[in-house]
Amino acid sequence: MDDWQHGGFGVYIHWPFCLAKCPYCDFNSHVSRNIDHELWRDALLKELRHSALLTGPRKVDTVFFGGGTPSLMRADTVSALIDEIDKLWGLNPNAEISLEANPTSVEAQKFADFSNAGVNRISMGIQSLNDNDLKALGRMHSVKEALKAFDIAKAQFKRVSFDLIYARQKQTAKHWFAELRQALDLAVDHLSLYQLTIEQGTRFGDLYEKGNLRHLPPSDEAADMYLGTREICAEYGLYGYEISNYARQGAESRHNLIYWRYGDYAGIGPGAHARLTLDHQRTALHTHTQPQEWLDLVRENNHGMHAPEPLALEDQAIEYLMMSMRLTEGSDLNRYEALAGQELSSTRVEQLKALGMIETTGTTLKATAKGRPLLNSLLAELLR
Amino acid sequence: MTELKNIRNFSIVAHIDHGKSTLADRLIQSTGTVADRDMQAQLLDSMDIERERGITIKANTVRIEYKAKDGETYVLNLIDTPGHVDFAYEVSRSMRAVEGSLLVVDAAQGVEAQTLANVYHAIEADHEIVPVLNKIDLPAAEPERVCEQIEDVIGIDATDAVMISAKTGIGIADVLEAIVTRLPAPEGDADAPLKAMLVDSWYDPYLGVVVLVRVIDGVLKKGDKIKMLATNASYPVDRVGVFKPEMQPIDKLGPGEMGFLTASIKQVRDTRVGDTITHEKKGVEEALPGFKPAQPVVFCGLFPVDTALFEDLRESIEKLALNDASFSYETESSAALGFGFRCGFLGLLHLEVIRDRLEREYDIDLITTAPSVIYKVYLRDGTIVELHNPADMPDLTLVDHIEEPRIKATILVPDEYLGDVLKLCQDRRGIQIDLTYAGARAMVIYDLPLNEVVFDFYDRLKSVTKGYASFDYSMEGYAEDQLVKMQILVNDEPVDALSTMVHRARAEARGRAMCAKLKELIPQHMFKIPIQAAIGGRVIARETISALRKDVTAKCYGGDATRKRKLLDKQKKGKKKMREFGRVSIPQSAFISALKMDD
Ligand SMILES: Nc1nc2c(ncn2[C@@H]2O[C@H](COP(=O)(O)OP(=O)(O)O)[C@@H](O)[C@H]2O)c(=O)[nH]1
Ligand SMILES: C[S@@+](CC[C@H](N)C(=O)[O-])C[C@H]1O[C@@H](n2cnc3c(N)ncnc32)[C@H](O)[C@@H]1O
Ligand code: SF4
Ligand SMILES: [Mg+2]
Repeated sequence: MDDWQHGGFGVYIHWPFCLAKCPYCDFNSHVSRNIDHELWRDALLKELRHSALLTGPRKVDTVFFGGGTPSLMRADTVSALIDEIDKLWGLNPNAEISLEANPTSVEAQKFADFSNAGVNRISMGIQSLNDNDLKALGRMHSVKEALKAFDIAKAQFKRVSFDLIYARQKQTAKHWFAELRQALDLAVDHLSLYQLTIEQGTRFGDLYEKGNLRHLPPSDEAADMYLGTREICAEYGLYGYEISNYARQGAESRHNLIYWRYGDYAGIGPGAHARLTLDHQRTALHTHTQPQEWLDLVRENNHGMHAPEPLALEDQAIEYLMMSMRLTEGSDLNRYEALAGQELSSTRVEQLKALGMIETTGTTLKATAKGRPLLNSLLAELLR
Repeated sequence: MTELKNIRNFSIVAHIDHGKSTLADRLIQSTGTVADRDMQAQLLDSMDIERERGITIKANTVRIEYKAKDGETYVLNLIDTPGHVDFAYEVSRSMRAVEGSLLVVDAAQGVEAQTLANVYHAIEADHEIVPVLNKIDLPAAEPERVCEQIEDVIGIDATDAVMISAKTGIGIADVLEAIVTRLPAPEGDADAPLKAMLVDSWYDPYLGVVVLVRVIDGVLKKGDKIKMLATNASYPVDRVGVFKPEMQPIDKLGPGEMGFLTASIKQVRDTRVGDTITHEKKGVEEALPGFKPAQPVVFCGLFPVDTALFEDLRESIEKLALNDASFSYETESSAALGFGFRCGFLGLLHLEVIRDRLEREYDIDLITTAPSVIYKVYLRDGTIVELHNPADMPDLTLVDHIEEPRIKATILVPDEYLGDVLKLCQDRRGIQIDLTYAGARAMVIYDLPLNEVVFDFYDRLKSVTKGYASFDYSMEGYAEDQLVKMQILVNDEPVDALSTMVHRARAEARGRAMCAKLKELIPQHMFKIPIQAAIGGRVIARETISALRKDVTAKCYGGDATRKRKLLDKQKKGKKKMREFGRVSIPQSAFISALKMDD
């Protein structure tokens, strides 16, 4: 059996447009007034078909519409894509089909249509439950609007999750914990809770470099916020199953689990990434990021992909470890060794164990509560 | 061959930035020595580093032909000398090859420390000196005041000082006339046996060793068999030529002339600066006074960041040393840094220049350890150890006492900053020798330990005086003091490359400052790291770097696993700029930065 089968197979579809660019965001998102929805639908369909040609027959476990803001897609586009996926590969009976939505009223109106199209899970970018902070984050919605959209979503979809960004400017641990409890009181079964990351090339990034992005929580306080977040979520029955993701047992995002368990995934649309095992060779694929360039390429070649990059086994091993260690369930050392062709350095493992950063049980390697917030340093040590 | 009466040999002495290179450019240009299209700024500064930093490191010469007002054509040989104190020795010996000097002083700034130091070299060499006031185009220029200053402080007559602007070209013609009319022609005898001075030598990749010579008596021709008196080696001369400023072969050099020769000499080290060159047969027996070779005074360790590059570093250092006899090196092995070289330099600028060239021209990342001077350690059994490296300090129980080198520092500073300068010198264990005024500026002379100066004294001086002070020094011999070796322990392990010699009374403050600095410089790790300063076994200062608590990517970026791998590669690259000590990674820059005092 090929390694990817430990993780499953998902399809990611990227919609690269937003109503406005948020100052913190470095995702592949663009603001465009006139989008030719038919043209985009056809192009996405074409690239889907090209992907299916590459993979050959296999069943699809999950579909994810991400962005950008996929809730700005027309429902008939979403519907056509889901149908095409089913036709090309076949959807597993209980396939998870998620869509990212911004919580504005315009988009909430479309939830019923998305549901009819086959979407069964929605992930909403609420970001904050504080109006001032929403403004500071450059968001287009208010708290009230977001909560209303959330209610509509709850009525339409069995599974609803939302995203919050914390460790924001001027935010203290105390404030955040209160906000988090408020979020948990909404009876959700899944939350993505991201600490604000300052990315180069974003507006926040520019401000930060000039020293004009002030009052970010100091690193020690951010660490406290992180640890507290996990505890509070646990109080409400949501366990942290990944660095930034919390869910009731069974309510985890199965699509994201495919990434973290290093399964195979197709990536459709501008700037999408894929890992596909083609003829037993795991291959990295990614598409051109500029929307117009991607469209032109699809028109000519039926796909907008860069040249595929076959991944050496040691690179696969590194990717597997880096992805899977994000999960609370940890990594399977047998899988790692099969890919890497060797064990992790036992002195490094012992040193990190002695520091209380990692633990092993049987063939499972996990970050401990102390090691989890230091995952990057820890992986750098393990993979040195 | 040029007639003696039509030759003038001279140098230009100036404080840095007073316009020496610009004036040289103008002289070269206005006499048509170099065609306009080939002209580039700071023509005589040939190395990248010289051009970039605007400093002259090696002496350079150029031969200028000038048709004077008297109708005769003169050959003017200009030696451009480095202005920086590190190369003072080079200056003094170049001066001995010429008869006169242009003393260039910035008409807005007036006399500065290097003006003094350099003009004293000229006076010692018995030069005729023509004062030249430059930058008279500047609104702030005060030529009268500066002339007075020259007379008061230096004691030479400035009534006939030439007023110029090297930038705009004003007065350049007057400078040329002054060279011809006011500087003496050389003396010599074409019929006497050959006697020439070896002024300098360097390695040229195409020609091998090139020797800069000044002929005193006799004639030097291509094909001659020459002998060097100091080394007693003989060579057939391959080429004789002059600098225009590029090398141009000619048939022969007569008395009073300057030029070069090549003679299949393999290494710069086979030549002695100041040596006397004569003919193998019927040569002179009596040598010129000669010079002693320049001695390195500042030492530091150079280690490749990547230990695998040690052999590359050796090759590069050997190549550099071919061209720079004043730079010394020997292999050094450090418990902390592995294999590298202990290198000796004329001063800190020299150190930086060599390090820059190694990193740039030879592409090797280096760890530079704390600069040190040569201590004389007197042991109880009567032996004396010359200590170049604090790591080699003998056991304290064996030591009777320690002597360190001291310098005489001359500092010129506007009155308003005088207090800060005195405090700085006092803090650096200085003893005031003299305090006088040169116009509106105070001139202080201090006796200072070299080890307090080699490091960041000049930087500190510049910062406390906002750049208005000028500084020069000369070596003054050794004196005893209460010196101890201070060790730094990182995560309980001594890091030998951070050991320094300090004065006992200052050890604690110094130790505290170093620990605090290292705390800033060493990144947080997954565990906490104690940093201690210790003398013998006694800890005198301590800091702790707290453990890193958060370092994780929050977002997942969809399936972009490539991004994660790139992050890992970036972390690995970062690590390459660090060195491991036990489990602690110390950045390459920390070894020098840890010593910088911000007080
Ligand atoms: N205004 C003005 N600037 C000058 C003059 N001569 C030189 N400079 C400038 O002074 C600076 C230092 O000159 P440089 O020749 O490099 O000085 P050196 O360090 O003595 O060789 C440069 O920026 C020159 O352009 C002048 O006559 N007038
Ligand atoms: C690709 S965005 C798409 C969601 C949707 N467009 C929205 O903004 O609501 C996915 C999530 O990543 C998080 N995110 C984006 N940039 C971030 C940053 N710089 N720091 C922390 N979280 C960030 C936000 O919570 C966002 O909801
Ligand atoms: S955070 Fe979401 S809405 Fe904002 S720019 Fe990024 S993708 Fe678009
Ligand atoms: Mg210069």
